Amino acid sequence: MHTHDHSNEISDLVQIILVTPFVLGLIGYLLSVSISNKKKKQWPFYRVVLWIIGVVCASLSVIGPIADRSHEDFSAHMVGHLLLGMLAPLLMALGAPMTLILRTLPVHSARRLSYILRSGPISILHNPIFTSLINVGALWLLYTTELFPMMHENVLLYAFIHIHIFLAGYLFTISIIYIDPTPQRKSFIYRSVVLLMALAAHSILSKYLYAHPPDGISTAQAKLGGMIMYYGGDAIEVGLVCILCYQWYRNTRSKVKAANLQLQKN
Amino acid sequence: MTNKRNNQLMYAKRNMWTGILFGFGLVAFIDEVVFHQLLHWHHFYDKSTKDIGLVSDGLFHAFSFFATIGSSFLLADLHRRHAFWLKRWIGGILLGAGVFQLYDGIIQHKLMGLHQIRYNVNIVPYDLIWNISAVIMIIIGLVLLNRTRR
Repeated sequence: MHTHDHSNEISDLVQIILVTPFVLGLIGYLLSVSISNKKKKQWPFYRVVLWIIGVVCASLSVIGPIADRSHEDFSAHMVGHLLLGMLAPLLMALGAPMTLILRTLPVHSARRLSYILRSGPISILHNPIFTSLINVGALWLLYTTELFPMMHENVLLYAFIHIHIFLAGYLFTISIIYIDPTPQRKSFIYRSVVLLMALAAHSILSKYLYAHPPDGISTAQAKLGGMIMYYGGDAIEVGLVCILCYQWYRNTRSKVKAANLQLQKN
Repeated sequence: MTNKRNNQLMYAKRNMWTGILFGFGLVAFIDEVVFHQLLHWHHFYDKSTKDIGLVSDGLFHAFSFFATIGSSFLLADLHRRHAFWLKRWIGGILLGAGVFQLYDGIIQHKLMGLHQIRYNVNIVPYDLIWNISAVIMIIIGLVLLNRTRR
């Protein structure tokens, strides 16, 4: 919204700072794959592809044309939000990074890491209700308060919010679908109900934004942005729901086999 | 064959619910594709929408595509258990579809002012067709479900 020459330089710097963890994540992932492939069986290729696409999606939203335009253009901001907070977390979670780390590390370090992951404070990060609140709850906070205009004034706040959007999106994804080893698993029904509520809150917020533009956003832009959030969100959420249901279908297979066997005996 | 019959009876409830959820999702899908996107009769947002209408719309929107996907996996599961019961499933679909359409037509369109079926026309015949077709679906669905109880 405010484009000055010196603020352009700062925003370039912020873009580079924000993209760095993703670049490191990509390098680290590829290194881990090549190291662990020497000792263990081949790491699935599709996971590498999903991780790479996920990193690209996240990077696109923090650096380059979408990030540049998102300061002036609310729909660009929304596209960036969908990429950073929803699509990139889903694709990267499907890359199973924790499984990869655990198989790459030496056995004793891997044990220590999995011990830490199972500890109390960490396990709250896997609780779907907690992750829904920091994910969708934070979005409500961002778009319905002064936070949104403030974000475009303050570089630090801008960086913090973008890191939060990605991390909250990632934690939310892995608390709903279990790709990596997860301690204290919740039942399928529990996760379904929480996911349902989170999806509803997301849809409600998109329509609310359509009608109540955040400060500094024109009505026309808010309408377009709201619709991008509503339908774009749907597209990604469909993927999430399909994976969750497929996991249920796969996990009940053994029960079905037992039931069929029982029937044959009778 | 008797084995399958046993399975169908054992999973009678699940056949019904799989249908209801699918019918629910199906109507929401038709609503979105035909009335919102193709005909542009329904509006994305109507100024008369009450807050409770927004909440209801969001909940039902999320629930509808969850139901479509979930019920498809339930359907696959019924086939896997050799317990699929077509007639009962269709009964469920009609009941689910009718109930949702009636809720949409009466509560969401009329009481919550979410949006109307169509704008700048005499709305009465549209509302009548919408809600009567919903009631017909509910009745046929209930009849089918009643006939497949045993």
